[in-house]
Amino acid sequence: MTATAPSDPLAWTYAPAPEKVDPGIRERYDLFIGGRFARPSEGLYRKLVNPSTATILCEVAEAGVADVDHAVKAARRAYVKIWSKMPPRERGKYLFRIARLFQERAREMAVAESINGGKPIRESRDIDIPLSVAHFFYYAGWADKLDYAFPGARARALGVCGQIIPWNFPLLMAAWKIAPALATGNTVVLKPAETTPVTVLKLAEIIRDADLPPGVVNIVPGGRPTGQRLVEHPGVDKIAFTGSTAAGKWIMKTLAGTGKKYTLELGGKAANIIFEDAAIDQAVEGIINAIFFNQGHVCCAGSRLLVQEGIAETVIDKLKKRIETLILGDPLDKNTDIGAINSAEQLDKIKKYIQVGGEEGAEMWQPDCPVPEKGYWCRPTLFTNVSQSHRIAQEEIFGPVLTIQTFRTPEEAIDKANNTPYGLSGGVWTDKGAKIFKVTRQMRAGVIWANTFNKFDPSSPFGGYKESGMGREGGWHGLLPYVELETL
Amino acid sequence: MNDRIPVLKTYKLFINGEFPRSESGRTYTVKDSRGRAIANICQSSRKDFRNSVVAARAAQPGWAKRSGYNRGQILYRLGELVEGRREQFISELRQQGSSVTEARKEVNLTIDRLVYFAGWADKFQQLFSTVNPVGSPHFVFSVPEPAGVVALIAPERSGLLGLVSLLSPIILGGNTVVALVSEKRPMSAITFSEVLSAGDVPPGVVNLLTGFRSELLEQISGHMDVNAIVYAGEKPEELVLIQQQASLNVKRVISPKAGSWTSEHALSPYLIMETQEVKTTWHPIGL
Repeated sequence: MTATAPSDPLAWTYAPAPEKVDPGIRERYDLFIGGRFARPSEGLYRKLVNPSTATILCEVAEAGVADVDHAVKAARRAYVKIWSKMPPRERGKYLFRIARLFQERAREMAVAESINGGKPIRESRDIDIPLSVAHFFYYAGWADKLDYAFPGARARALGVCGQIIPWNFPLLMAAWKIAPALATGNTVVLKPAETTPVTVLKLAEIIRDADLPPGVVNIVPGGRPTGQRLVEHPGVDKIAFTGSTAAGKWIMKTLAGTGKKYTLELGGKAANIIFEDAAIDQAVEGIINAIFFNQGHVCCAGSRLLVQEGIAETVIDKLKKRIETLILGDPLDKNTDIGAINSAEQLDKIKKYIQVGGEEGAEMWQPDCPVPEKGYWCRPTLFTNVSQSHRIAQEEIFGPVLTIQTFRTPEEAIDKANNTPYGLSGGVWTDKGAKIFKVTRQMRAGVIWANTFNKFDPSSPFGGYKESGMGREGGWHGLLPYVELETL
Repeated sequence: MNDRIPVLKTYKLFINGEFPRSESGRTYTVKDSRGRAIANICQSSRKDFRNSVVAARAAQPGWAKRSGYNRGQILYRLGELVEGRREQFISELRQQGSSVTEARKEVNLTIDRLVYFAGWADKFQQLFSTVNPVGSPHFVFSVPEPAGVVALIAPERSGLLGLVSLLSPIILGGNTVVALVSEKRPMSAITFSEVLSAGDVPPGVVNLLTGFRSELLEQISGHMDVNAIVYAGEKPEELVLIQQQASLNVKRVISPKAGSWTSEHALSPYLIMETQEVKTTWHPIGL
């Protein structure tokens, strides 16, 4: 890579602009059960790593069999004795209160999220935290309006919900799960991801400070075994899971015959289709946002770029130029575009795919941006010369790796887009309104962004088709997975 | 008239708009309450099922593309045709063990149900769609879309009404279906396939198989090109098998509460949504 000419305005360097708020991360976190922080029964604490420095951040209690059991019992007790009897309006007021307390601690939460997970502060500050707060606020208002939500039916709570969330958006996923569950009158046992429990436990502090009745929300950090215990626990009425398709299938199989309900938000391999008549510069920004948002640790990431042949060269050139300007590094720097990869394990997985891509004959390109010496990092990566059968075009990488394919006709684009067992999201870029509707209708995916990408809102349902899961989170549709409808 | 020998009907499968026998050549005999043979029924094989899925998959996009208005008219037409054949349906139900009163009631309700669901075909979308008041300058809407190919394990006891009550909400929403009909009371379903054929239901939209659950359930629930499975049986061990197999491709498993198909609960439009996906589309608002 030759250095960009100094006259190029894009070559400007930026002075460091670190976010300095102290996130108040404690040295040790315990379980949150029955409204109190409690030591784990087996006495185990897991050491967490700050992915941008590869140093120990703090340690977090590991919930064992007895702890999961306590949490489920606490949730059951809270459900039977308090939460199910509480007038819905009062339930809603608790959620509003949580939203407000959360808002007040927004900056601190953003910093903690970036430190624990590695995501750029710009994203945690402008997206993760405000969206999480908005979810609580949105569902708070539903709590006392359920009688109007379902014509001809009465919505009943399910009971105790076991919720398992991933490491890519720890707080946002917690909010997506907890807020609708509570609004509809359920109680919760939530397991944050193994590598990112810090902000969820800070949320537990907020929940405690909001005086939410003990046991309505319980947090049981831990790894896979903890999640399995929660899924298998007979005291749980419903499982809500966000994570890999493989784990989702295991959950389905495990829950067979138990009568427990479940909703699954699983993997994706979204196509982002750019037509010749698209506004190219906007599309290029959109492609960047689609795949490099949160280092590509996004289940709905636009990881397969489909460009119409006539503009492929232009788009790829512009894309490379734009990627050269992306700033990779310290997640707490406000200028940072691409933060740290969440864990050493995930970095290995991404590297393996990059290697496989090359071995399969695709052509790899990366900018020569500087990479910090310590921590887990991956340069934004493009692959051209990709065919549909390549593993990098078929399997979810969950990293900043984009495959680029071309197409000639809209039909070919749709065929390629749909040629995957996944169906979570997709993107379409064109200036023709009629074409947007034609293409978005034929894409088999739950969320389609036209002339935009990776936009979220609490009022907007999110969830997949096919092997990307079932059920929706957000909006009116997001109430359904948490209620039993009784026909009147 | 009495000296005339009646012409007996051959009951066959209904796949892709045609009436083949099972490719396996197998049949089983259905008996009445006194143990007398009343009909030979095709015993579908796994291959018959796979062929049906191919037909259903091929028919699905075209069926989904039709307007709700059109699908509603087609469902209504089915009601008209059952009305015209009510005597045949009644006598068949009686052969399979129903009393005259029961048979009449079942046929009447079947017709009414087709008419009822016909009316939902161009309305449920409005009821279950949303325009989402997002905080950013985007126009965002969420609409139901068909899940795709649906397998239906039809109710065992209610051979006609149970089948139609579940088939209607599946197909009115643009899905295509492969149904394994009642094992012991399959005749009404096959006669209903003649109605489907005479009506305007395009080939492949509804495929009806007769045969044994014990040998087909595993294949049906494990098939990788089936998007959802509706199980209206009442055997817990069958449901467990289906739920396990469904995990292979994250199939939606719907098991409507066992109950009477004559009750008002069978009319719930929320049933339609069980075989629908919800698609959310975003677009910026700007100049």
